[in-house]
Order: sequence, then C-alpha cells, then structure tokens
Amino acid sequence: MARAVTTQKKIMWTALAWAFGLLMFFPILWTFLTSFKTEAAAIADPPVWFLFDWTTENYAAVQQRSNYPLALMNSIIIAVGSTILGILLAVPAAWAMAFVPGKRTKDVLLWMLSTKMLPAVGVLYPLVLLAKWLGVMDSRILLIVVLMLINLPIIVWMLYTYFREIPGEILEASRMDGASLKSEILYVLTPMAVPGIASTVLLNIILAWNEAFWTILLTTVDAAPLTKFIAGFSAPEGLFYAKLSAASMLAIAPILIMGWFSQKQLVRGLTFGAVK
Amino acid sequence: MSIKRSLLASAVGLGLTAGIASAEGHATTITIATVNNGDMVRMQGLTDDFNAKHPDITVEWVTLEENVLRQNVTTDISTGGGAYDVMTIGTYEVPIWGNNGWLVSLNEGMADDWNADDLLPAIAGGLTIDGELYAAPFYGESSMVMYRTDLMEKAGLEMPDAPTWDFIREAAAAMTDRENEINGICARGKAGWGENMAFLTAMSNSFGARWFDEDWAPQFDTEAWANTLNFYLDMMNESGPNGAANNGFNENLTLFQQGKCGMWIDATVAASFVTGADSTVADKVGFALAPDTGLGKRGNWLWAWSLAIPTSSEKQDAAKTFISWATSQAYAELVAGKEGWASVPPGTRTSLYENQNYLDAAPFAKMTLDSINSADPTNPTVDPVPYTGVQFVAIPEFAGIANQVGQQFSNALAGNQSAEEALAAAQELTLEEMEAAGY
Repeated sequence: MARAVTTQKKIMWTALAWAFGLLMFFPILWTFLTSFKTEAAAIADPPVWFLFDWTTENYAAVQQRSNYPLALMNSIIIAVGSTILGILLAVPAAWAMAFVPGKRTKDVLLWMLSTKMLPAVGVLYPLVLLAKWLGVMDSRILLIVVLMLINLPIIVWMLYTYFREIPGEILEASRMDGASLKSEILYVLTPMAVPGIASTVLLNIILAWNEAFWTILLTTVDAAPLTKFIAGFSAPEGLFYAKLSAASMLAIAPILIMGWFSQKQLVRGLTFGAVK
Repeated sequence: MSIKRSLLASAVGLGLTAGIASAEGHATTITIATVNNGDMVRMQGLTDDFNAKHPDITVEWVTLEENVLRQNVTTDISTGGGAYDVMTIGTYEVPIWGNNGWLVSLNEGMADDWNADDLLPAIAGGLTIDGELYAAPFYGESSMVMYRTDLMEKAGLEMPDAPTWDFIREAAAAMTDRENEINGICARGKAGWGENMAFLTAMSNSFGARWFDEDWAPQFDTEAWANTLNFYLDMMNESGPNGAANNGFNENLTLFQQGKCGMWIDATVAASFVTGADSTVADKVGFALAPDTGLGKRGNWLWAWSLAIPTSSEKQDAAKTFISWATSQAYAELVAGKEGWASVPPGTRTSLYENQNYLDAAPFAKMTLDSINSADPTNPTVDPVPYTGVQFVAIPEFAGIANQVGQQFSNALAGNQSAEEALAAAQELTLEEMEAAGY
C-alpha cells in the first residue's frame, strides 16, 4: 500500500529541493551576472545584483585576446575523441568481466580503479618525455590518448555495472543461435546496454571536458582546449573578475547546454543499479 | 619519427587523429608564454607594431595565470621541451634557471639600439649571473607605503618620506575607525610564498632577521624573527581588517580602492590602480618608502617580470629580436603614444625616470624608483647570508618551504596559534626540508 503523502510535506520537500538546487546553481548565476558587469561593478561592496549597467565588453575583450573558436574545437575533439576511444576499448573489457569472469576479475577491477589513486604529477615527467620523443607534444592525438587512459577505469567500471544487469541467458541464447562473439557484442549486448553506454559517454565527456592538469601541461597553442583558455584570465595582481567570469561562461556554456539536454540520461546513468 | 607517429596513430585508430600537422609557413613563428596582468596584455595588443617592423616573424601568445605559467614553463624547460621560445619569468627563477644552464645569455645578439646600460642596476643585478644577463626586464616593482592623505591629516599626523615601523603602527591605530569600516593598515595575510611571505620576508629584513645563516641553518628561532612576527600580528590585530588572514594583493586592492584602508604596504605597481579610474580615493593617495627600524635595511622587496629564452628554443635569434623590441626604450614611447605615459611599464630603465613627460604623468614615479633603488637582492639582510633575493631565497626548495611557513604565519594571524608556536613550527619544517634537500 502506498503511503499517503500530505500536501504540507510535499510543499516542504519541494521547497527544500528548490533551495538546494538554487544553492548549487548560485555560483554559475553569479559568474553569469559578473560577466556582464564592468570591472568596478564586479568588485562593488555591497555587491550589486541586477541593477547595474549591463555590458558585453568583457566578452568582446576575451574574444579579442584569445582564440576561443580554436579552444572550443579542441575541447570538443579531445573530449569526444577520448570518450569514443575509451568506449571502444572498455566494451569488450567490461563484457569479459561481466559475462566470463575469472578468478581474479574482482582484483583486476580493483587494480584498474587503484590507478586513479596515483597522483597525476607522479607520471608527468615520463609522459612529457615520451610525448616529446614521439613528437606529439601539443597535439590533439596526445590528449585523446592520455585522457582516454585516465578515464578508462571509470568507463570500464560503469559499463561492467550495466552489463551485470543484463541476463547472461540472452547472450547464451544468441550464441546457441550461432552468433559470433563480434555479433553477440555488437547486435545483442550493445542495443540492450544503450542507456548505460549513453550515460557513460556523457559522464566521460564531462570528465574529459573539465580535465585541467594534463590539458594545460601538455599543450601550448595548437591543441590548447578551453581549460588553458580560461587559465589565461586569472591574475594574482590586478582585478579582472569580470573578464574571468566572461571566459568562464564561454568555457562552460557548451557543456551546460549538453548537460541540460541530456539530463534524463545522466540521472538514469548515475542512479542505475541503485534500486533493484 | 614518422614511423613512431604512425605506430601511435594506428593504435588509436578510427581516424580520431584530428590534425597534428601545423603548416609551416615561410615566417618564423615564435611562441611566447606570459602572465596575465595589465602590462603584459597591453604588450599582446601591440603585437601589430612588432609585426610591421619584423614581417618575417609571427608571434603566438600563451597567456596563463602566474602559478599555472610557472608549472608550465618549468615542465617545459626542465624536459627541454622547446614549446616556448620566449618565457615571462620572475626574479626568483632567473638565478636558479640561469645556473642550471636553461637560459640563453642576452649579452650578445640583442638589437643595436637595445641599451643594456640603461637598465636599472638593482633590477639588472637580480637577472645577472657572473656577468651574464639571462633575462630582460619587462617591468620592475618594489613595495612601498600607499596611504590616505585625508585620513592622515585627520589623525593629526604627517607621513615622512621614509617612515619607521613604529610610526606606521602608531599611525595605523590613529587612523582606524571601526564604525566607519576604516582599517588603519592593510597588508598581505593570505598564505603563499608570493603572498604573505613576500611581505613578511621583506619586513623581516628590516628587523634584522634572515631565513638562513651562512651555514644554511634556519633562523626562525632567533629574536629578530620573533620581533618581526609579533610586531606584524600586533599591528594587524589592532588596526587591520577583519579576516586579514585571507587577504592577498587583490583583496587589499579592493579594500583600498573602496576607501577601507588608511595605509597599504604592497607592490609599487598598485600605485597606478589606487590612483586610477576604479578607485574611489584616487585623489587622496600619498606614497612613502617601506618602513624600517633603523638597522640599515627597509622592508621593501624587489621583483621584475622579465623575458627570457630557454636554451631548448630553436628560434633564439627571432626570440632575441622580439625581446629587443618589447624591452626597449622605443617600446615605452610606443605605449606612451597609444595609451599615455602613465601606462608605460615601470621600473626597468633609468631613462624613463629622466623623462619629464613620465614624471608628470605618474605621481608615484619617484617613490617607485627610490623604492627599487633601496632594495639590494645581492645583499638583502642586515647580517650576511649565503643567498640572493630580497623577499625570497633563490634556491629551488624555497617556494615549497615558504608556502608551508606562510601557512603557519597565516594561521597565527587568524588567531589559531601564537607567534611562538608558528615560529617553532616554521623552524622545524624548514630544518627538515633543508636537511632532506642536502644542505
């Protein structure tokens, strides 16, 4: 029997959810407002909320000083590229672990995740020297590979969790019908796991988009993505908050829009398996 | 190389190789890494002038926040990456990197009209090792007292050109008006080697303290350091703003511009901000040398953002051509012609301070020059030391150690521990780090 929920409780929970949501959204709102202020209005005390002279001069200044279209293009290629590459490698790996587990599968999974605990700076110099030797410094291909490797454990883990929800009997049935391994993964498993794969893709695009350690250190100009673009607008001596806010808005706008349109898949992906 | 690249590319597969190649044109392209501040951004905006004079050289800019830039160029230069042809580096890095053989000497190959003898001796001294100039200063700064002339008058006091710390403390107390949100003194409290430790190290020099003795033994257990820190904490607690432990350059600049500081001791480069259009107190600001205690050293620092060429650059001649342009007397005239004399990068050339147009446009010019001249990076302390650097110690370990010491002092300012506890912790951690580093 369903529990009766009083209107009062409903209102309370809705208000609480809204308050929490607004709290989470506030930094983005504030950045948005600041990006349309003059530098003087940006540091005004007490702060001005909406009643200021709105200006787009910061956006113009940011565009003038940096090559935003190139940085945006690099971010898209690097984030999407590393995610697709990761998925291509992770699907077979997760299939093997989910449907043909060995004695050490759990250990392998944990070991994979443990690589995320390694401080990134620990492999900075070997990686830079290797990239230099290969002649791929400041190239998109380098970042695609590096970000793929960084996010691969998470992709494998997520896909493994989704695949475990799919009954192995269906795959067995396809095998009995004569499906090859390739056909089994491509035509039977993948269609059933599309929601899981979609949410894994979305989450990893966001992770790759926001990655700021490697993308800043391994690029100069040609492959520099939005993380490097934004790092140019922070200053310890001099007040450039309004320009920094404009640069921030330009950097997060594409991913915000993508997140807005795909929030259903994201929520489903993140809560998958939470309720049985 | 192509085989290696093919191997990597085939491992990646599926055409994700979204363009590595960058077409090599006829012009030499140089990549310049720089910090994000007003003078550097202005230089970026004036690139057209350089292009007009040198059509065979194309310039690409990488602008980064100071700490990110430091991390980027350190990684590049220590691995011989060759990603950057010109780097903007500080006075802290130049002696260390120059000694490591990472920087190209600028004694030869600069443009004929680039006058090295015109550079301010104090600034050039910090960039020179054994007679070799390893970086060309783009702008130089020291620190000084910026104060509100109206509040000083109201307090019935007169600021001398060269005040003592005791006077500053007395004046700060007299100017403080908590009801009207006026704090007598604003100074850096935020932890960091370039934040509170720049201020406190320079201040400690004037109190007769030093980081290390001649045998590299840490000196935080000395009376001179106890006097420095106790004086700083007492003065800030009496007359400083609330939450001073979180205030760095930008926070104090905001407070001063909004009329909430009676005095502010910080970088000379701030002078143009506090007298600029964004300041509500622009016409009520006076300047004085950083304070002393009569021991022969003042509490001001010395810093320059300079342009240097890493030895890994394959375009050193083009890089020298660019640096000659950017740090020349002609560049100052170019900026003056476009944006006025007050916007010219300060603190690098003697000729600028002999130029009446500049002196008329920048009321802070004389005090900036006097401040720079009163700092001596090769002899920064009252007692002898084995290091160079006024507000830093030019050894690679310094930044890491000073960040931790800065945390201790910031904690003391926040009231979480006493000066004695902070100094004891600083002494212990410095000793530990220096022993680990093999000193």
